[in-house]
Amino acid sequence: MTSSTAMAESSKTQTTAPKAGVAGDNRYKILESTMKRHQYQPDALIEVLHTAQELYGFLEINMLIHIAKSLKLPLSKVYGVATFYHFFSLAPKGAHTCVICMGTACYVKGAANILSEAERLAGIKAGMTTENGALSLMTARCIGACGIAPAVVLDGKVVGGQTEESIGEYVKGLISNGSE
Amino acid sequence: MDLNELIEIKEKELNSAKPIKLRCCLAAGCISSGGQSIKENLEHAVKEAGMEDEVEVIGVGCMGLCSEGPLVRVDPDGILYEKVKPEDAKSIVASLKGGSADIKKGDINHPFFTKQVPIVLENSGKVDPEKIETYIASDGYFALQKALNEMKPATVVDEVTKSGLRGRGGAGYPTGLKWGMVAKTQAERKYVVCNADEGDPGAFMDRSVLESDPHRVLEGMAIAGYAVGASQGYVYVRGEYPLAISRLQTAIRQARKYGLLGSGIFETSFDFRVDLRIGAGAFVCGEETALMASIEGRRGAPRPRPPFPAESGLWRSPTLINNVETFANIPVIIRKGAEWFSSIGTARSKGTKVFALAGKVKNTGLIEVPMGTPLRVIVEEMAGGVPDGGKVKAVQTGGPSGGCIPYSKLDTPVDYESLSQIGSIMGSGGMIVMDDTNNMVDVARFFMEFCMDESCGKCIPCRAGTVQIYRILTKIREGHGTEKDIVKLQDLCDMVKTCSLCGLGQSAPNPVLSTLRYYREEYMEFIKRNVSLNGKSHHSK
Repeated sequence: MTSSTAMAESSKTQTTAPKAGVAGDNRYKILESTMKRHQYQPDALIEVLHTAQELYGFLEINMLIHIAKSLKLPLSKVYGVATFYHFFSLAPKGAHTCVICMGTACYVKGAANILSEAERLAGIKAGMTTENGALSLMTARCIGACGIAPAVVLDGKVVGGQTEESIGEYVKGLISNGSE
Repeated sequence: MDLNELIEIKEKELNSAKPIKLRCCLAAGCISSGGQSIKENLEHAVKEAGMEDEVEVIGVGCMGLCSEGPLVRVDPDGILYEKVKPEDAKSIVASLKGGSADIKKGDINHPFFTKQVPIVLENSGKVDPEKIETYIASDGYFALQKALNEMKPATVVDEVTKSGLRGRGGAGYPTGLKWGMVAKTQAERKYVVCNADEGDPGAFMDRSVLESDPHRVLEGMAIAGYAVGASQGYVYVRGEYPLAISRLQTAIRQARKYGLLGSGIFETSFDFRVDLRIGAGAFVCGEETALMASIEGRRGAPRPRPPFPAESGLWRSPTLINNVETFANIPVIIRKGAEWFSSIGTARSKGTKVFALAGKVKNTGLIEVPMGTPLRVIVEEMAGGVPDGGKVKAVQTGGPSGGCIPYSKLDTPVDYESLSQIGSIMGSGGMIVMDDTNNMVDVARFFMEFCMDESCGKCIPCRAGTVQIYRILTKIREGHGTEKDIVKLQDLCDMVKTCSLCGLGQSAPNPVLSTLRYYREEYMEFIKRNVSLNGKSHHSK
């Protein structure tokens, strides 16, 4: 489900996406050396996708084509793997990310309410990015921070003990400040 | 590296220890509430007070009581400060000259601590996970030395078999038997894989072990490699655990530097290398054949067994796959002997089990108890029951593959057989307590949504069955269900359970089945509401 929306979004935003293979781009060099270190083995596909996403923030379709060629894999395989795993995103993310943990411990402590409050205030559903590109709202299966549930990850930082009010303030702050 | 050098490192580390230790929890939970700056402030305060010669500040792994974090422990006084703030550092250091700081103190004589038997977690919260010397000082890598120099591979397998250790990933397969199978399969290459793809929502034992004592897992894997004849190991760890990944990377690098991983370990002909493989967020990859597909860079789809990984695993070579906690038990079994280990636990479930306590209880966090401990002791005594006088309604074990245990069964001992008898499973160790405010139809639907989303789509019973079960649950929940739907639900669950290809599908109906068994009235309530709203003529297909 998430991958199909991601595909649809990626076609919209492709013009702003970084192009794979731009000479002189340092990220490109890092990606090449990762593939080289794995001797361009098809087995290394997931590692290479991890590196590419880390460098570029998401996996553009041109990037998948480039990786497929380099590892001598059919594009269908690369696309199949990239869409199978939740971790890989084919669409760019917003300036800020908010991942709401929906693990069992967070669930029994009201994560669903936190999510719907965030969705309501941001005006988007989980898995989407606000139109001004300020915020991407996502859900996680379980981030393993069950001891401090309910937990969310704001820009990569885990914060525990969340409430509808605390998440509401965060989202409202971002929406009013625009994309910065 | 030989035994003498190992002893030398140990002694040097022990001799350099300072009399007063300030241990700061730096596991993921406490870091998220400021653990790192507490440690820095403490170091600064010690310096300012000129007490560097007597006091050392150590960043350690999980101390267990996550709900009261960030935690700081002062030894040898045995004071545990809870909910510490970075600005408390000065008063903690000032109190070292006598008295104690005016910060919330934990009761270290609480059953939460006293009922624990730490084997897997023996170093957790004590050693610095980013410093191999502190692990060696607690007898780390001595078991590997003993195995390589004093035992034959077959003796190691025997010792593990005799210990009675069973797989801690959830299924409980005897570890020694598995090792024996891989050991006797003839092949040019063999692999050892550590399953650290802890996907069950509500479970964080493996994360904590990897964050708190990564060397223990590496040592266990190396001993396994020696026993089964493998020279390459992989740790498949979840991408959602960045801290565990970075500590593992550090640990591998340090172990290699000392020659405890690599070629010719302890001056024998045994070589063993460990590489990390980072998962990419697919629950099904916890299933061993799917995990291997993922290590090979493919979609994580399981395949039928046999052949079992022990015969044909990674790249078709014999492969030993064990869970993090299973490997973490190995060094101590070799060091202290199978007899010692098998004296703990019950007749058929030996040793201890680490549980991640979460949900509606006062004390949440990580505990390790002997097998056979009654659930009541864990939930009511150790976890302190539901806060604000609420009532325990159910205990969920085994995540989406497990079941909900009702309050009336709380005297059940935790061991593999007892838990499966009452319709749940041991699982990997997630234990979530629910109270009266949690509706069990909602809980069943929550887990079914999870399985529906995480089904890899390879086999139809799981792919389509989970969707249909989810729809019926939604229908009932929204007040459109009939009694016929309950029958349909039961039939569908039985079908998905018996016909699915892998463990995900085979166990996906468990939360529904166990709630149907113990909380049928909650399902019936929604149905009755429907009948009374729509009259008796309501027929729904």
